[in-house]
Amino acid sequence: MKNKLFEKYFVFSPYFWLVLFFFIPLAIIFKISISVSEWGMPPYQDIFLFDNGFKINTTFENYVYIFSDYYYIGSFVNSLILALISTFFSLLIGFPLAFYIATSNIRLRNILLVLVVIPFWSSFLLRVYAWKIILQNNGILNLILLNLGIISEPLQLLYNQYAVIIGIVYTYLPLMILPLYGYLNKFDLNLIEASKDLGLNRIKTFFKVILPLSVPGIVAGSLLVFIPVVGEFIIPEMLGGSDRLYYGKILWEEFFVNRNWPGASALAFSGIIILVLPIVFFQILYSRWSQKIEI
Amino acid sequence: MKSSLIKSTVIFLGLFFLYFPILVLIFYSFNENKRVMVWKGFSLRWYNELFNNEQIIEAFIISIKIAALSATFATILGVMIGYSLVRIRKIPFKSFYIFLSSTPLVLPELILGLSMLLFFISLNNVIGFPSSRGQITIFISHVTFCIAFVAIIIQARLTDFNKNIEEAAMDLGYNYTKVLYKITLPIILPSIIAGWLLAFTISLDDLVVASFTTGPGANTLPIVVFSKVRLGLSPEVNALSAILMFALIIIGLFYFYFNKKFKH
Repeated sequence: MKNKLFEKYFVFSPYFWLVLFFFIPLAIIFKISISVSEWGMPPYQDIFLFDNGFKINTTFENYVYIFSDYYYIGSFVNSLILALISTFFSLLIGFPLAFYIATSNIRLRNILLVLVVIPFWSSFLLRVYAWKIILQNNGILNLILLNLGIISEPLQLLYNQYAVIIGIVYTYLPLMILPLYGYLNKFDLNLIEASKDLGLNRIKTFFKVILPLSVPGIVAGSLLVFIPVVGEFIIPEMLGGSDRLYYGKILWEEFFVNRNWPGASALAFSGIIILVLPIVFFQILYSRWSQKIEI
Repeated sequence: MKSSLIKSTVIFLGLFFLYFPILVLIFYSFNENKRVMVWKGFSLRWYNELFNNEQIIEAFIISIKIAALSATFATILGVMIGYSLVRIRKIPFKSFYIFLSSTPLVLPELILGLSMLLFFISLNNVIGFPSSRGQITIFISHVTFCIAFVAIIIQARLTDFNKNIEEAAMDLGYNYTKVLYKITLPIILPSIIAGWLLAFTISLDDLVVASFTTGPGANTLPIVVFSKVRLGLSPEVNALSAILMFALIIIGLFYFYFNKKFKH
């Protein structure tokens, strides 16, 4: 009997906290996103009106407004493209690194893994700031290029979308490497030898053996990079210019500058639906599936 | 021979890419010149100015306080979730439970920050709390999104730990609570410490959620740093970076030390 009480305490304490401070806030975003906006404080009308009998006062205008304006759609598309490109480059850099770390001998492997992840522990903001120093007009990269005679005058490297991509790939790279390493680590190196013995050359071995076996790691790493990058605000703000607007920036401005709470909420909620729900759904399915296998 | 050359080159270039920016930052923190990019000579001037900058020192103390407190709460709740998911069979609406405990991992910070702010405003309209936003609202938000990280570490640890030890203890007459406190928790203690360290660093490093949920008198370190470097460079921030990077890397090493133990 006592066990039951104890179990309840363990299950329900965090349950209570997360419902109160995570689920209800999400519900409030949804509520405000379907409220009618007005001037005032707070800048939206209640969704339940009681003055003349009970009336529900909701609207989908905020969503229509967002989805019919290219300013919003365009920014969201920009963010998706940015996330796609950054994920691609993270994979391009991360895969060989993860592969060679996983195939090193065990002592070296652990040291390399710690070395790769340690920068991730240092401050995110300061790592982005470091690139601001490197990419300045009189920064270290321009200095090197000038001294090597590759360029004759400093390039404008900062405040454009390329600087944003560099910053993102740099800060998110460990998130790509870790899951990749996790899967590559498990896999049997003899398979590579076997495929060589069977006459496959390096390229064929890579595409027929290594790549197919690392698909789960690639998917996991790509998701870990892709999703937060779509909502990324700091990196475009520090390294980006006015050439491109992104989802994070317009969400921020819709709320803090335009003071359009329903609009900002609709943007946020659309983000949740489009980005997060498919993944969570996938995760729940996956955990159910893996539990069944255990049994 | 050729393939081992490629291998060393790839690893070297990768590590260079990861560490070069950090080294540049540390290098420039010793620059005497107020104009960050123009090298004038080695000096500790900006470290000196940093320690006399009250705004930064105060923000640092606030950040440490919030991080320590929210890491502690998040660890307690995260351990409970990890334990529940692995050891307790009957969880009402289990899919919902998993949803709540894993979504903060993938939700963009900006959306989380906005939802927390609108929640606090609505809550204040209904029950009059929190009457103003500040350290307490940042604390609540940080606990909420750190729980998931701790839960995942604990869940992984409990999944590969041998249940027989717990069962043996029960056979020897320990009750449920005693098994937990005398057997299970001590064995997973390194993972609990690792979880706390991770939560502490995440909270210390957070800018976006804190920007949404902050209020008067609660400028955390990232908020102050961001306001200084958003539009330009700051020699004081360079000095701060060098110190902070060093401290955080030490914390990271401790994390590895504790988290490694569970593999055996």
